[in-house]
Amino acid sequence: MTKLLDAPERPLRSSGPSGPAPRAGLARRIRNLLTSPKYGPVTVTAVLFVVIFIAGGVRYRGFFSGQVLLNLLVDNSYLIVLAVGMTFVILTGGIDLSVGAVVALSGMIAASLLQTGWSPAAVIPLILVLTSILGLLVGLMIHVFKVQPFIATLAAMFLARGLCYVISQSSISITDPTFVQLAVARIPLGGNLSITPSVIIAVVVVAIAVWVLHATRFGRTVYAIGGGEQSGLLMGLPVARTKVLVYVISGFCSGLAGVLFTFYTLSGYPLTAIGTELDAIAAVVIGGTLLTGGYGFVLGSVLGVLVLGIIQTIITFEGTLSSWWTKIFIGALLLVFIILQKVLTSRRR
Amino acid sequence: MSALLARLVASRLFWPIVMLLVLFTINLIAFPGFFAVTLRDGHLFGSLIDILRNGAPTLIIAVGMTLVIATRGIDLSVGAVAAISGAVACSIILGSPEPANPATVAVAVTVALIISLVLGMWNGFLVAVLGIQPIIATLILMTAGRGVAMLITEGQIITVNSPPFKALGSGFWFGIPIAVIIAAVVFGIAALVTRRTALGMFIESVGINPEASRQAGVRARGLLFVVYTFSALCAAIAGLILTANTAAADANNTGLFIELDAILAVVIGGTSLAGGRYSLVGTLVGALVIQTLVTTVYTVGIPPIATMVFKAAVVTIVCLLQSPTTTEALSGFRRRLALRAGKGVAAS
Repeated sequence: MTKLLDAPERPLRSSGPSGPAPRAGLARRIRNLLTSPKYGPVTVTAVLFVVIFIAGGVRYRGFFSGQVLLNLLVDNSYLIVLAVGMTFVILTGGIDLSVGAVVALSGMIAASLLQTGWSPAAVIPLILVLTSILGLLVGLMIHVFKVQPFIATLAAMFLARGLCYVISQSSISITDPTFVQLAVARIPLGGNLSITPSVIIAVVVVAIAVWVLHATRFGRTVYAIGGGEQSGLLMGLPVARTKVLVYVISGFCSGLAGVLFTFYTLSGYPLTAIGTELDAIAAVVIGGTLLTGGYGFVLGSVLGVLVLGIIQTIITFEGTLSSWWTKIFIGALLLVFIILQKVLTSRRR
Repeated sequence: MSALLARLVASRLFWPIVMLLVLFTINLIAFPGFFAVTLRDGHLFGSLIDILRNGAPTLIIAVGMTLVIATRGIDLSVGAVAAISGAVACSIILGSPEPANPATVAVAVTVALIISLVLGMWNGFLVAVLGIQPIIATLILMTAGRGVAMLITEGQIITVNSPPFKALGSGFWFGIPIAVIIAAVVFGIAALVTRRTALGMFIESVGINPEASRQAGVRARGLLFVVYTFSALCAAIAGLILTANTAAADANNTGLFIELDAILAVVIGGTSLAGGRYSLVGTLVGALVIQTLVTTVYTVGIPPIATMVFKAAVVTIVCLLQSPTTTEALSGFRRRLALRAGKGVAAS
């Protein structure tokens, strides 16, 4: 019972001296940190990221640079936005399989509308509205008709992927000056460092998500639903509205990620982003969000994306390793983190 | 009459069968010779035979998936396992001096199936021993499995020239496509073993309430092992058929999305993803619905690319019809009708 009451409360005072015994030794504090289902996995991920980065720096020349780090953000800004949306869904104990297809769909919509001379100022909001509506429909299907999230989002995935093909069966390139501008623009950060506008958008999305989850009623309800939907209902929380809204958020994030992805590729192609939903889920899991819901942080998911990104970078630097090793590494990492989650949660019970 | 109708509507197979009949009717209107099955060169030919043959891999995987789902699990790794088994078989055949020798093919198929058993046991280990959620446990193999398949084929598409292997996918035996026979055998064995023994009931009991069935003495752990291993075996068989059909192992595309089709077949067939009661016949109908849908899209002349939109529509419709909310609304409506009829009788 105390666990339930504590869960939404804790993130607010995550910093500062916590814990009942201030005299407890540092070793015990670290042990407590590592064995808590809330902070344990995310701490391990952070340590892992630093270790991989240092290992890469020792092994490869030119790895130890700020730009390598920033490129992780540049190359994965769309995945960060996707992972943010996925975090909301998984925190409530759901799952969204449609995100990859929605990324492809928004790319196709953008490319085809821009081709016919629409202005980007109209196209981008339209995409965001459409993908949010798709999310709303999925949410209603899940909540009102009690369809399992897995199946409902699977249907959305088929729909989005199919609509991609209906729009066009081949790749459409984007020549709109605004999009090209956004694709090639670099924002200098001093030194030789630079980022893209997409990174700024992703960072803003992350900041808003952190605020929503940790400082609003809606965010607390999300955690409460993941902790126990029945208890949430009994406490009088707006479970129905929140459960539907979570999928709207995921739809919106997928649409935004699709726009960022088109900035990155400057084209729409019906087969892009196949399997991206798995990357997003993997990032969320590696970032320490429990798949049963209730525990997790948006910043953890961002860390998860960075770990996936740095593995890819290492494989590129290694040169001799083929790209399919990425999949095997990600699979192995997933395994490690899931077992870790299992161990941590079972110890608490 | 109306009582019979009510019983029919209440049956879990009612909506899937209606869906199948609707699809058949659309086909018949678009293409009057749809039901014709002719004997040509001693082989059966016709649209129905095509549906059966092309639907065989999905059906085989869906049979394994049904049992997994009945235990309240799910197996996402079947597509990857199919790719691995195809890759293993093709690389063995390619590496042997006599690719056309039936013995070579037998060895290749056996090795592929044994490897799939190991993969299935891995899934079973994660779910049954470590207690990881099935969707995630199998997600690991789904992600890593394609990488492993790429490793086996070294990133190439392996083409083999081996008539006995190709026969698995496109051959005929007594006029019937071999793929259909394999599917029938898998289906028959699964139905016999789970329905003629208590195994099926044990599987359902684990799906309905794992804790209660454990206290009643059902060994859930062993059961889960068996079910996931069987699912992987089914996936490997389907992978071999798919690979043999094109005589090429493509680590990236063999069995891509087939896990989704198989899960759809199971769900359309009325088996709940929440576990418990399952229906293999329902799965058969579900697999036929999916394959007929694909064929319909072809015969009606819609670009085949748009199939996915129709799949989305079918899934949505079937799910909404089977949803408890709809059932409640319908039964409420029926009760009101009955009430009104009753009042009419009382008044007269």
